[in-house]
Amino acid sequence: MIDFQLDVRSGVAPYVQLVQQVRHALRLGMLSVGDQLPTVKEVVASLAINPNTVLKAYRELEHEGLVTARQGVGTFVTRSLVDDSLPAHEPLRQELLQWFAKAYKAGLDAENIEALFRTTFRTALGAKR
Amino acid sequence: MNHAVKAVGLGLRYGQRDALTDCTLEIPEGSVVGLVGPNSAGKSTLLSLICGLLEPSTGTISVLGARPGVSAAHLARVGFVAQNIPLYDNLTVAEHLRLGAKLNPRWDQRLADEHLQPLRGDLKRKAGQLSGGQRAQLALALVAAKRPELLVLDEPVAALDPLARRQFLRRLMELVADLQATVVLSSHLISDLERVCDQLIVLTRGRVQLAGPVEDILTTHYRLLRPSGDPDGLPDGTEIIQALHTDRQSTLTVRSTLPIPGAAPHVQRLDLEEVALAYMGRAQGADEQD
Repeated sequence: MIDFQLDVRSGVAPYVQLVQQVRHALRLGMLSVGDQLPTVKEVVASLAINPNTVLKAYRELEHEGLVTARQGVGTFVTRSLVDDSLPAHEPLRQELLQWFAKAYKAGLDAENIEALFRTTFRTALGAKR
Repeated sequence: MNHAVKAVGLGLRYGQRDALTDCTLEIPEGSVVGLVGPNSAGKSTLLSLICGLLEPSTGTISVLGARPGVSAAHLARVGFVAQNIPLYDNLTVAEHLRLGAKLNPRWDQRLADEHLQPLRGDLKRKAGQLSGGQRAQLALALVAAKRPELLVLDEPVAALDPLARRQFLRRLMELVADLQATVVLSSHLISDLERVCDQLIVLTRGRVQLAGPVEDILTTHYRLLRPSGDPDGLPDGTEIIQALHTDRQSTLTVRSTLPIPGAAPHVQRLDLEEVALAYMGRAQGADEQD
C-alpha cells in the first residue's frame, strides 16, 4: 500500500499531486498490477483532505487506464509503468550520488548544486529533443 | 448539477444595519465550501439563514430544494454546529448521546460510536470538563449520527490547537466520505480550508466578494511585480483586485482567465490565503474611501 503526501504550498493542485505519486510509484515498481490503492476514506483520514480530491485523482488514473475501481471493493492497479530501464536505475543512482559528493567536495553548497543540476538537466533534455 | 444551497439577492437587516446584502450564490451538492471573511462580515448570519434560524429580509434561499426550516423532516437533513460548540456542560458524554438518539428520528448509533472512538474512555465525564478538541469531537459525533445531507459548521476549529484542528478536519473529511454530504464551514484559518475545501466564498461587510471553485480561483489569480506607472501588457479582461505602489515598483493582484505572459518573480501564482486577503483588502479599502 502506498502512503500519499501532500504539499499544499507547492502550487500543484492536490489531485494532481496524488496522480503524480501513483504514477511515480508505478514507474519505480513500488506498485504493480493487482495492488490496491488506499480507499478514499483512508486517504482522507491520513491527509485531512476533501474526499472529492481523492475521487478526482482516482478517476483521472482510471481514465489513463492505470487503475480500475471495483464497486464496493476498492481501486486496483491494472497497468504498470515499469519499463526495461528499471535495472539501469540503481547504477545511475550510484553515479549521481558520487557526482553530488564530488560537487560538495569542490565547495558547492546545496543551492549551487541544485542550480547547476537543474540548468544542466534542462539543457540536456532540450538537446535530446 | 444539483445545488444544495441556492441564494438569490439574499439580504438580512438588523434594525438600521445590513448584516448581509444582495447575496447570490450556488453551492453544488457534494462540495465542501469554505466561508471566510473578517469578524462581523456576515458569516454567521449567512450560516444561520442556511439553517433556517433566521428569516431573510430580502431575496430568497433554497436549501436541499426547500425553504430552510420549513418542516421537521427538512431540519433533520441539515446538521449545524454553532460557533463555540455549544454543549450541555452538566451532561456527560453518554447523556449527550442518549439525548441525541431521543431527539433525532434518523439517529445512526454506529456512526456516533465510530466518531466517538477517541472519547470512549470519557463517556462518564461532563461536557464542561472536556478539552476544546474533545468538545469538537463530541459535537461532530452528535451531528454525524443525524446523517445530515448538508452539514453547516460555524468556526468549528477556531479554539483548537493545531494538532486538534488537524484531527478534527480529518474526522470531518472521513464523515464527508461516509455520508457524501455537502459541507459549509466558516473559518479564519484559510490554510486549513485550502486542504479541505473545493469551493471558497469570501464575505466582507455583508457582501460576497468572491465565490467559486478553489481550483478556478487558484488558476486565475496572479501577483505581478512591475516598474511603477507601467500599466501595459495586461491581457484584455484582466481585473485588478489590489494595487500597491512604491516610488519604484507596483505590486498588482489581478484576476485573469487568460494566462499572463512572464515568469517569476515578475508574475507569481498565489495561494488561496493571498487571494482571499486581496479581496478582503480591496473591500476594506473601498469602505475607507466612502
